[in-house]
Amino acid sequence: MTEEKQNPDQKFLLFLGCAIPYRETSYEISTRKVLQGLGIELVEMPEYNCCGLPLDPVNHEMMLLLAARNLCLAEKEKLNVIALCPGCAGTLRKVNKKLKENKELREKINEQLKKTGLEFRGTIEVKHLLQMLAEDVTLEKIKAAITKPLSSFRVAEHSGCHVTRPAGEIGFDNSEDPEVFKSLIEATGSRYVEYTDKTACCGAPIAGVDDRIPLALSREKLANIKEMGGELLVTVCPFCHMMFDTNQPRIERIFNEDFKIPVLHYPQLLGLAMGFSEEELALNELRVSPSKITSKIS
Amino acid sequence: MPQKNVKDIEKEDVLKGPIRAGEIDFGFRKEIAASPGGEKLRHCYQCGTCTSDCPIARFSDSYRPREIIRMAQLGLKKRVLSSNTLWLCAACYTCTDRCPQDVEVASVIRILRNLAVKGKLIPSPFKELGKNIVETGTAYRIPELRLKKRAKTGLPPLPKSNIKAIEKLAEATGFSQMIKQSD
Repeated sequence: MTEEKQNPDQKFLLFLGCAIPYRETSYEISTRKVLQGLGIELVEMPEYNCCGLPLDPVNHEMMLLLAARNLCLAEKEKLNVIALCPGCAGTLRKVNKKLKENKELREKINEQLKKTGLEFRGTIEVKHLLQMLAEDVTLEKIKAAITKPLSSFRVAEHSGCHVTRPAGEIGFDNSEDPEVFKSLIEATGSRYVEYTDKTACCGAPIAGVDDRIPLALSREKLANIKEMGGELLVTVCPFCHMMFDTNQPRIERIFNEDFKIPVLHYPQLLGLAMGFSEEELALNELRVSPSKITSKIS
Repeated sequence: MPQKNVKDIEKEDVLKGPIRAGEIDFGFRKEIAASPGGEKLRHCYQCGTCTSDCPIARFSDSYRPREIIRMAQLGLKKRVLSSNTLWLCAACYTCTDRCPQDVEVASVIRILRNLAVKGKLIPSPFKELGKNIVETGTAYRIPELRLKKRAKTGLPPLPKSNIKAIEKLAEATGFSQMIKQSD
C-alpha cells in the first residue's frame, strides 16, 4: 500500500505532547510504524510546546495561549495536525473551534500572540489518531493492510474521555455509544468485548491529588473487563495506559486481585495484525507482559 | 489544594453547615456567568444527573458536583473557593455531556478553580507543571537518558520549544508571576 500516490490529506503534522516522549514512547514507536505502513507521512511539529491542558485548572487564559500558539505553528506549516494524546487532541481541537467561531476571543488571543510574531487564522484541522484513522485512512484501507488477523484475541477498549467528550465541542463519534474504536479493533480480526461502564473515565487526571480514586476506578474497569472474558485491553491515551498498564501490579496488590490483562496501545494491536514484529512495535516496554496473548499469533 | 491527603479531603466540612445571611456574595454567580463556560450556571435545577453520573463521586465521600453548583448559585463564594473537593474533578466531561439544562458543569468547576488560585500561591503540582512548561516547553522534564534512547531507537529528535515565546505569553497572562510567587 506504500506505493500509492499520496494526496495532501495523507500528510500530517505530528503533535507528540509531553507524556508520550516522557513515559510512553512505545505508543509513539508503534504509531510511526503503523502509519508508515498505511502510507501516511508524518512531519515533526517544529517548536511545539505543551498543549496547555495541564494549566487549564489554574489559568484558563494561559491554556488558550499555549494551545493557540501550537495551532499557529501548524498553520505556518500548512498541515493538519494529529495528536496521539486525547488530552492534547481535545484541547487543540476545542481551542481551534472556539477561535474560529468566536471573533472577540480570537482578537483577544491574537493581541497576545502578536508579541511572539504569530497570528491565529483558522486554516487547519486537528484530529486525534482514532479520528484520523477512521476518517482519513479509512476502515477499508486498514482492513486491506491486515496480513495476520488476530481472530483468537478477545479485546476490550478504553478510549480516553477527550476523544469524544465534551461531545458538543469535539464533534466526533457518539460519546454515549461510541462505534469507531470498536470498528477499528474489529478490523484487526479481533473479537470485540463489551463491558459495563466502557466509556467511564480512568481517573488519571486526579492521580496527583488523590490516587486512591483513580486506582479504584481503574480496578473496577479491569474487573468488568475480566468478567466479560476480555483478555486484552487497548488504549489510545498515554495517561490511561499508565493507569491500566504501569499501575496494574499496584492495583492487584492493593485490592488483592489477579488481572494480568495486557494493555496495548491501539497501534500495537493494529501493527501485530499488519505483520510487524513485537520488537518493531516496542511490546517489550509494556509493564504487563503480553506474551500469553502474542504467543497465539501463528 | 490537597496532596494525596485523602482523609483530609473526605472529612472536609467547609461545604456543610447552615448558611448565614452575611456570607452570601450576590455578585458571585454573575462573576461565574461572565466567564466562558459559566454562562448557563443559573439554568441548573438540581436534578443531580451530574453527581449520579460522575465517576469520581462514586468513589469519593465528599465530591458532589451538584452541591458545588448549588453553592455557587447561592453565592457562597468563600466556602466554594476554599473547598478542597474542587480539585477532585477529573475533567472527563460526562456531567457536561449529560446535563439536561446544558450547564457546562466541568467548565464551571474549572472557573471556580481559576478563581480559587487567583492572586494566590499556585498549588504545588501545578507549580511544577507550570515551571516545566515555562522553562522547557513541556509539562515534564524529559531526561537526557530518554533523549539518547530516542536516538538509539531511531526516533527523530524532539523539536526544541521556543522558550522565549512561552515566557512572553506567561508574562502577558500574569502566569510567570503566579509561579514566581510560590517559590
